[in-house]
Amino acid sequence: MKHLKNFFFLLLLTIATQLQAQNNAGLTLPQGFKASLFADTIGSARHITITQNGVLFAKLMYPNKAGKSIIRLEDVNKDGVADKITGWANYGGTGIYVKGKDLYATSDNDVYLYQLNDKDEVVNPLSPKTIVKGLIAKNQHASKSITLDNQNNIYVNIGAYSNACQEKDRIKGSKGMMPCPILDSAGGIWKFDGSKENQVYGDGKRYATGLRNVVGLDWNKETNSLFVMQHGRDQLNSFYPEYYSDAQSAELPAETMYELHEGDNAGWPYIYFDPYQKKKILSPEYGGDGKKEGGENAVNPAVFFPAHMAPNALLFYTGNQFPAKYKNGAFVAFHGSWNRAPLPQEGYFVAFVPFKNGKPSGEWEIFANGFSGLSGEEKVMNPRKAKSRPCGLAQGPDGSLYVSDDSRGSIFKITYAQ
Amino acid sequence: MQLNKYFTVLFISFLLPCMVNAQNLVHGKKLFETRCLVCHQADGGGVPNMNAPLDGSSNVVGNNIARLVRIVKEGYSEKIPLDGYYYNNVMTPNPDFKDQDIADVLSYIRNSWSNKASKITLAQVQAAKRKK
Repeated sequence: MKHLKNFFFLLLLTIATQLQAQNNAGLTLPQGFKASLFADTIGSARHITITQNGVLFAKLMYPNKAGKSIIRLEDVNKDGVADKITGWANYGGTGIYVKGKDLYATSDNDVYLYQLNDKDEVVNPLSPKTIVKGLIAKNQHASKSITLDNQNNIYVNIGAYSNACQEKDRIKGSKGMMPCPILDSAGGIWKFDGSKENQVYGDGKRYATGLRNVVGLDWNKETNSLFVMQHGRDQLNSFYPEYYSDAQSAELPAETMYELHEGDNAGWPYIYFDPYQKKKILSPEYGGDGKKEGGENAVNPAVFFPAHMAPNALLFYTGNQFPAKYKNGAFVAFHGSWNRAPLPQEGYFVAFVPFKNGKPSGEWEIFANGFSGLSGEEKVMNPRKAKSRPCGLAQGPDGSLYVSDDSRGSIFKITYAQ
Repeated sequence: MQLNKYFTVLFISFLLPCMVNAQNLVHGKKLFETRCLVCHQADGGGVPNMNAPLDGSSNVVGNNIARLVRIVKEGYSEKIPLDGYYYNNVMTPNPDFKDQDIADVLSYIRNSWSNKASKITLAQVQAAKRKK
């Protein structure tokens, strides 16, 4: 009888937990927060952006079934679910950013500018202005992410088409090139004029260098400076088993957040950041052994996270809906790791870092979890098993937080109710 | 005596190839785990948009053996869609693989997860390399 009682209690608990999860679109959130599914299966939604009227635009990595790659989502009846969904464009890409009535979107080579009308509908879907063209895209780290500052300058990530700038990429024993020639045209953030057409490399400026690949970036309006999230290097253990074990390789190097000013260098490929020693360590391709330090001129990270979690979006929260601790802090969407295998994968969540006066003021924490769709403590072993993978972040005019997912194609809306 | 002969014939013609075969798959699995698993994952599913899947991939179970041999040996960095998707990561070459290693690892991946394709023999790998 007692067993039966326990059984029913457990059953009820399970049902309650399930219902709770369903109530929040499957997500686990801090006390007082709620999540709903704003949209579902819209396509491989990379970055998202929201107008002052609350219209959301998503950039797809591939055109969806209808052949569209920029999706416009509007919640006309204000019930928290997009009920008017349209789209245009046919090129894949990651970057999208709206400023007033200017909507910027990227392919892997170019940056385009669309005009919105007073209803936030696109005026020139077939004839955008080309703002930047001919950027390097060699398959690896080819996606272009963008953000704008207050002076209408646009910052574009140009990822390095390499893991560690070896003479032969990802080949065991191949040395690092000195100096790394990739840094002339990639491996950094480039700054262009947000309103000038047909700019090429020569019209822009290499704003910051030594960044292997940045997907998430945001202009911090409080500090008036650029913040980026770098994807750290891979395969320390595959290439240098004499210095790194499987377990160490799974935990190295840190995923790093940098505050960047013009001319800054974050050190790639010569160094990486070790989260345990809390030091810039010389890359083994450049004579390092896991202990030798390097990068005297390289900037230190503002925040560092565990390895390989793939930070794909960064957003400084300026809204008033969330409790005071979130104001001006950073949300980071972690797409989730793959190269920790054979160990369980990590990430697949949205993290939060509190900031005070433009500096991190506390430890990072998991804000929204459960995107993978696995229950409880179960970890993702293989990335294709994850139901959703967080990839983009945007803040609505009412202070709600939106999270996009490029796996299932969902848009989650997170709100706070006292 | 007669029976003994019979067993010898049976052993050479049937059991020995079976044992060699099983041993090849064991060796192929070991190579897969040390060299391929990090990117292609334990379930052969790869990583969406990054690393191509091996499980269910038309190339992997297809008949272009020369192409498979070349990819294992020399790596891969071309931007060509596979079953409708692009994969951005560079495949690491395996220049130290011997012909038998290539045959074993290909036989293993062609017969793991949902894949059921012919095994690759040493002769096929050698023929594929001559073709180049």
